[in-house]
Amino acid sequence: MDIRRLKDISSGITIRSSLIFINSIAFLMALILFIKSYPILKSQSIYQLILGTSWHPLRGEFGFFPFIIGTIEVTVIAMALSIVPCLLCAIYLSEFAKKHYREVVHLTIDVLAGIPSVIYGLCGVIAIVPFVKIIGNILGVKTTGYSLLAGGIILAIMVCPVIISVTLEVLRSIPQEAREASIALGATRWETIRHVLFKIAKRGIVAAIVLGFARAFGETIAVMMVVGNVPKIPTSLFDPAYPLPALIANNYGEMMSLPLYDSALLFAAFILMLVVGIFSLAANLTLLKIERKGT
Amino acid sequence: MIPRQVVEKIFKGLMILSLAIVMIILCGIIVLVVVKGAPALNISMLIDTPKGGYYLGKEGGIANAIVGSVYLAFGASIIAIIISLPVALSLQKEYSNRRIADFSRLILDVLWGTPSIVYGAFGFIVMVYFGVRASLLGGIIVLALLMLPIMVRSMEEVIRMVPHELKEVSYTLGTTKLETTIAVVLRQSLPGITTAILLAFGRGIGDAASILFTAGYTDYIPKSLFDPVASLPLAVFFQITTPIPEVQQRAYASALVLLFIVILVSVFSRIIGRRFSRHIVR
Repeated sequence: MDIRRLKDISSGITIRSSLIFINSIAFLMALILFIKSYPILKSQSIYQLILGTSWHPLRGEFGFFPFIIGTIEVTVIAMALSIVPCLLCAIYLSEFAKKHYREVVHLTIDVLAGIPSVIYGLCGVIAIVPFVKIIGNILGVKTTGYSLLAGGIILAIMVCPVIISVTLEVLRSIPQEAREASIALGATRWETIRHVLFKIAKRGIVAAIVLGFARAFGETIAVMMVVGNVPKIPTSLFDPAYPLPALIANNYGEMMSLPLYDSALLFAAFILMLVVGIFSLAANLTLLKIERKGT
Repeated sequence: MIPRQVVEKIFKGLMILSLAIVMIILCGIIVLVVVKGAPALNISMLIDTPKGGYYLGKEGGIANAIVGSVYLAFGASIIAIIISLPVALSLQKEYSNRRIADFSRLILDVLWGTPSIVYGAFGFIVMVYFGVRASLLGGIIVLALLMLPIMVRSMEEVIRMVPHELKEVSYTLGTTKLETTIAVVLRQSLPGITTAILLAFGRGIGDAASILFTAGYTDYIPKSLFDPVASLPLAVFFQITTPIPEVQQRAYASALVLLFIVILVSVFSRIIGRRFSRHIVR
């Protein structure tokens, strides 16, 4: 057989098998995490694990509820703080800003999105923790500053680039005719945005927010540095919390001699992967559909 | 009822306000790190490894972490390039149909979104299984896994941009898929591929959670693949959590070095993307 054909066929096989390899990594990760967390699932009911509030690994009690609540609360605070400003930013950049100005800001945001989370965490320790402490003191709450609120603020800052960037892309993909038709009917630009663009871009904007949510949900180092890490259900914004990623990061790799302990931590990792996976799958599927429809 | 023009003004004002707030906060982070880090930075920080009593505020520097991070990120990039280039090529029409390609893209996006702590935990399980201790090798493998989806997705974006007519011209000359891929597709997308590699490199060098258990930490520069290795993100993390002010100062300095590397790589990648894209056919 001729050598060129041979090369072509063998490279084709290599290339296709690399695709299989990368797909299997995702499933392998989920599978291995599940197998490793199976012992804890067998020894305790899922209900007990997720809704149990007592975390005493030494006594064999693994209630994840405080951690799950901590994760959800930190993430929700972050989203509550970031969604509105981010959407307004993206709308401004897309609809009002001049082209070169938009490009400069977009570039800056892209660069900022690449800043390591440990640096966000460091800034949190330097600036946000004392800030939260001052606010707490003004309101008459005793707090060290290492709290739910501090974690939420730092996450809100971290998800901004994601939300702005994706929303901007979604808005830019709307054909110019849609705007022109609305303006021609006498609508102001804000009315156009509200009644026309929002309607068209609704799903894309939701996808952007969900992507930001997924990013915040799994963020580890930055949150862990400012959130306090106390395994109790927080009762106020100024209480410390203990999100799931921080739980894994603080404890995994040590104390492996305790029975079920590492299984419990890997169960936490499995939950994280599952939740983030589902959210980002849904968001990306939506974005893919929008992209397909656009072309 | 408020007149429509006033509503418009109000919302426009709100938009400008929020843009200003977001940009000020984000840029404020850079300014804060520079302001805090610059006074603590000196030559001995950059070229010395920690000496005795370093973690109590005595002599030494973070050369171990700088070199360690560079080793980790370079090693991981090389592995990730070797794996992700064929994957990115395989998503073309010639090699897989649209359904499979779309499915793989989704899986890659999910992998991209997977928290790095999950990679760390997964990597640790695999390392325990193969009997590898926390080491340069372990860190490189986990970082490579973390970089893969980033690299593949960004490479694929540019590979997809290669005009189909161009490939067809090449095919009419009687070339095989492989020859067209190398001579046309890779040639066309080289600037984009370089950008993708640098983007992933920047992500990899700054990630802390994934190498927390897998790379270990040490005061020495590693001599073999099986030695534990220090890294800049973990240097920042460990030094800021100590109560000693001198050591905290060093966390600021380490953060500044890390930030400098990341931003340099990011800006550099964009310049390369722009400069070399002049030579490609559109």
